[in-house]
Amino acid sequence: MTADPTSPLAAWTDRLAALAPALTVAERPFRAQLTVRVSDPSAIEAMGSALGVAFPPVPCTFTSGSGPFGDLEVLWLGPDEFLVVASPGLQVPIEDALRAARGSARGSVVDTSAQRTTVVLEGAHVRDVLAHGCSVDLHPSSAPVGTCVQTLLARTGIILQVTGEDRFAVLVRSSFAGYLAAWLSDACMEYRT
Amino acid sequence: MNLRKPTGGAIDRNTLLRFTFNGRALTGHPGDTLASALLANGVHEVGSSVKLGRPRGIVAAGSEDPTSLVQIEAPFPEPMLLATTVELYDGLEARGLAGQGRLASLPDPARYDAKHEHCDVLVVGAGPAGLVAALTAARSGARVVLVDEQNQAGGALLGVEEYLDDRPSAEWVADIVAELRSTPGVLVLERTTAFGMYQDGFVLALQKRTDHLGFAAPASVARQRVWRIRTKQTVLATGAHERPVVFADNDRPGIMLASAARTFLHRYGVLPGSRAVVFTTNDSAYCAAIDLAESGVDVPLIVDARPEAPARLATECAARGIEVRAGHVVTGTEGAGRVTDAHVAPLGDIKGRGVAGHPDTVVCDTVLVSGGWNPVVNLFSQARGKLRYDAVLGSFVQGEELSSVRVAGSATGELDLTSCVRQGREAGEAAAIATGFTPGGQVPLPVSDSRCTQRSGLVLWRVPGAEDASFVDLQRDSTVADVLRATGAGLRSLEHIKRYTTIGTAHDQGKTSGMIAAGIVAEALGVELADQRPTTFRPPYTSVSFAALAGRDRGELHDPVRVTAIHPWHVAHGALFEDVGQWKRPWYYPRPGEDLHAAVLRECRATRESVGLMDGSTLGKIDVQGSDAGKFLDMLYTNMMSTLKVGRIRYGVMCGVDGMVIDDGTVIRVGEERYLVTTTTGNAAKILDWMEEWLQTEWPHLDVHCTSVTEHWATIPLVGPKSRDVLAAVAPGLNVSNEAFEFMTWRDTVVAGIPARVCRISFSGELAYEINVTAWHGLAVWEALMAAGEQYGITPYGTETMHVLRAEKGYPIIGQETDATVTPQDLGMSWAVSKKKPDFIGKRSFARAENNRTDRKQLVGLLPVDPTVLLPEGSQIVETDRLPEPPVRMLGHVTSSYPSAALGRTFALALVRSGHERIGETLYVPVDDSLVPVTVTDSVLYDKEGARRDG
Amino acid sequence: MQLIPCPWCGPREEAEFHYGGQAHVAYPEDPSALTDEEWAQYVFFRENPSGPFAERWSHSAGCRRWFNAVRDTRTHDLLAVYRVGEPMPELGEKDQVAS
Repeated sequence: MTADPTSPLAAWTDRLAALAPALTVAERPFRAQLTVRVSDPSAIEAMGSALGVAFPPVPCTFTSGSGPFGDLEVLWLGPDEFLVVASPGLQVPIEDALRAARGSARGSVVDTSAQRTTVVLEGAHVRDVLAHGCSVDLHPSSAPVGTCVQTLLARTGIILQVTGEDRFAVLVRSSFAGYLAAWLSDACMEYRT
Repeated sequence: MNLRKPTGGAIDRNTLLRFTFNGRALTGHPGDTLASALLANGVHEVGSSVKLGRPRGIVAAGSEDPTSLVQIEAPFPEPMLLATTVELYDGLEARGLAGQGRLASLPDPARYDAKHEHCDVLVVGAGPAGLVAALTAARSGARVVLVDEQNQAGGALLGVEEYLDDRPSAEWVADIVAELRSTPGVLVLERTTAFGMYQDGFVLALQKRTDHLGFAAPASVARQRVWRIRTKQTVLATGAHERPVVFADNDRPGIMLASAARTFLHRYGVLPGSRAVVFTTNDSAYCAAIDLAESGVDVPLIVDARPEAPARLATECAARGIEVRAGHVVTGTEGAGRVTDAHVAPLGDIKGRGVAGHPDTVVCDTVLVSGGWNPVVNLFSQARGKLRYDAVLGSFVQGEELSSVRVAGSATGELDLTSCVRQGREAGEAAAIATGFTPGGQVPLPVSDSRCTQRSGLVLWRVPGAEDASFVDLQRDSTVADVLRATGAGLRSLEHIKRYTTIGTAHDQGKTSGMIAAGIVAEALGVELADQRPTTFRPPYTSVSFAALAGRDRGELHDPVRVTAIHPWHVAHGALFEDVGQWKRPWYYPRPGEDLHAAVLRECRATRESVGLMDGSTLGKIDVQGSDAGKFLDMLYTNMMSTLKVGRIRYGVMCGVDGMVIDDGTVIRVGEERYLVTTTTGNAAKILDWMEEWLQTEWPHLDVHCTSVTEHWATIPLVGPKSRDVLAAVAPGLNVSNEAFEFMTWRDTVVAGIPARVCRISFSGELAYEINVTAWHGLAVWEALMAAGEQYGITPYGTETMHVLRAEKGYPIIGQETDATVTPQDLGMSWAVSKKKPDFIGKRSFARAENNRTDRKQLVGLLPVDPTVLLPEGSQIVETDRLPEPPVRMLGHVTSSYPSAALGRTFALALVRSGHERIGETLYVPVDDSLVPVTVTDSVLYDKEGARRDG
Repeated sequence: MQLIPCPWCGPREEAEFHYGGQAHVAYPEDPSALTDEEWAQYVFFRENPSGPFAERWSHSAGCRRWFNAVRDTRTHDLLAVYRVGEPMPELGEKDQVAS
């Protein structure tokens, strides 16, 4: 018996899709996510090499690329904290690879894949919609592609990535995902006509 | 009476708007405000005053108006709006107010929202100075936001008929607005009032987006929006408000500010009356007099308080048949409702010791007043800019330069248009440069054809006369007599006098009255205004409804609802929910006909007799890794964690440095350098912060890292004597025997096909397992457990049953049995406090004298002597069976109280003074009017031997 | 809404931060060696100046790092922020800690 997994926004799929064309909104469920705590520069470099994607050296940014584990992203969460995000199902091999690369350096690697889910937003109004609840300046001159901030969206904490010209990814704690979806649907109201 | 001019003003005379006022059907046109439409219909009397019931009219043409309060009845009831700021629409129903309105009894169906905006330069006010400032900044490439409270740009130009560079001023305004709108990075917001200015360039502005559409407002568009603007530089081009002069009976409808009459004439094409006396202390009212005279109003007289009238303007007046009486003042008025006569007399002594001569009476239906201009410094003051009294203007003005807030135009006290726009340009350039931009093409300064060359007026606060009929604050019915009563009572501070007289506390916050009150106070006290501190300008500048402030944060968006992965199942199975922090937790699962007690008794019985399960996913879970993890946890918990063996679990208590319990939970040792700790549901974030605080600020040398995994895991306690059988059925690879899988150990295994961590822990005293799988699989595993347990009558239970089961065992809940004044020893948990560790957080406090008092409140059980009586939680506990005279000594209170299926009776937990010594005693609990006798017992009431733990 | 300059993430709204009280109050080396009064000083007593005050803040909704800030309690102006472990920066003359 193998039970099917359920993503936090499974019940929202149709309602989020219906927000188009105001905004294209879709959950990207089940992604592999590993929270990495490490500060030793050589360990950071080794972990980046193991993934084929260097860890972001600049606060509030993310890096992305392709390597032995396929396409993945490394998000800066703090001066010694990163989130490695990859395709579904890869959390165990990536955790092993990161542990091996870290060696004896101080730090930790924790599988947090189900801790958050990802919502991808795209469209000409994406900054308008987010500006209804996000106090960070998302103008391209302040938040260019590659930006990754942890902040509040309305009343929930989020990780916000600028992934394209008019494309953002929002990572939200699973228990808050329903609130986020309800808030997004509401915030799109004026842009739907 | 139709006072609408056949031409002129920004009015669409081809379209008729029907509205009712005080039940009367009237008409107006697009472009009107409710006030201008009323005036066009000859209606001056809008409402009545709040205390005295005197008729009140329209004093100003904008948001500074102190009197024209109305209640909107349709489309939706809304109280306390100014007729001068309500744009007219078809079907509007309004009523005049006597100072107080009425909130709707129905929920407001309109949408309100908020939006963040960031800019380099914010310009407040789209008058001439603001427009030039905004365009100058915009041409530099800066991100610019321009906000203005009117429905169109122009500011003071809207109320006059001026030519700029030989073109109507409206064309000059339109050109600038068009360029602004077509410049990328520029946002122009009309109908938007910057109502609050805060630190770090934060400005709140309220945009009225669909109010003016009335019944036609689309439901999907937010009616009002609070803009949360974050700017680097601000230019305040907020203009100036004309202020009146106070005289006896100055509150009659028909008495209005001269500039307001001019605005009604030029912007709305409305005459304020048929015969107007003008009373002024400065030049600007002459323009109003001349404009009105040219529009057909009979203006017999300008009463100018100054000893000499301005020669050129007086000549222009003479040419139009207007008499100018210099050195005179209006001393009073007559009229049952609207003004019918003005009394005019020479001003003998401008210091206000008396009016010479006998008043002359002039018949009129309008008195226009001008006592000079108050720069609008509200936002500058809110930005903590110092103000200074300008004796020439008779008003407070900007008193210092601020690095990020500039003031331009008549907000500085400047009255000449060319000077105002020059200031706007300079402010726009300076703001652009300060934000790193280089000013682009220079905006040319227009030349005005205005006939009013400004020169300083006379500062005159009031005309001596009947003090109790000389109104300072027309909305509050506060008079000169009230001010003098305050100063006579010894009050000297303007803040105190404001509170004593209530001047400046109405909807208008004293825009037209505050300065005058300050002046009268200074005169009465014989002090210089320059030495007086003005009352504080506080947000909001104009009234903001609570609905707008709430925005979208209402209903389901008011506070995030956190749910677990299994939540949909609980909903589908009829659970009622309890709020625990932001979480929705199943409270109990009633069957048809069951109330709380019936359902909980059933759930408890099923769990103790067979098997139950609950959703424990909300428990906080923190992964703790590193070579110093054990050492770290030894400092955080009162008991020893470093000695825990891999594969085993220990219950732990955490205290603050004061030795009081802050949280509890289990610690499982995952590996040599890895632990997983659980926290109570409500404290998950707090405890992670607590850990990070110690690690980052006190012990950065420790090799430990903490990571929240609360929502990564779904957690399902499976509880009861049949739990082993159910687990065995879904985890065929797990040896579930008591010997192979001991109490307080954990195993990684596969449950229902899903990798799982199963912990053998119990919060009920029963044989129990806690099954952890990734949240993605929580629902599927829950359903598999329900299916596997069906033959045993497996019963889902909620937080209430959990509480009963743990209370029967005397297990405290942190936050219910404790309140930050309770130690582990008070809870009877000395066993969980290490005697071996040299130190841990809270240890030193256990040795404090206060912590060793014998009369501390301690956790005990209470059994009501009558086993059917349920003590209300929170009840007090007293020593005697009869209440003595107060004060009555309270021994403690009931923290938890339930009927128990297992005990066949009610029971309670309580914190009681010297409770542990009192076991066996009878105490009393006041319930309603009686004292209920209770027996004090040990807190563990069920299965004291722990025989049920292993099934 | 005040901005607080997180040493890592830059200026963010105050709502993203958590207040941690007076900075530079070290956990005593050996609490058991302290008298009740000395221990009570550590547990219960904090400065409450009118003027610059060194405080601990955490960027709780952001990078979750604790840092120190000198705030003028009269104006709420943040005069300096610095990372944990760094000494308090020198303040200008007008911002000297009031005594």
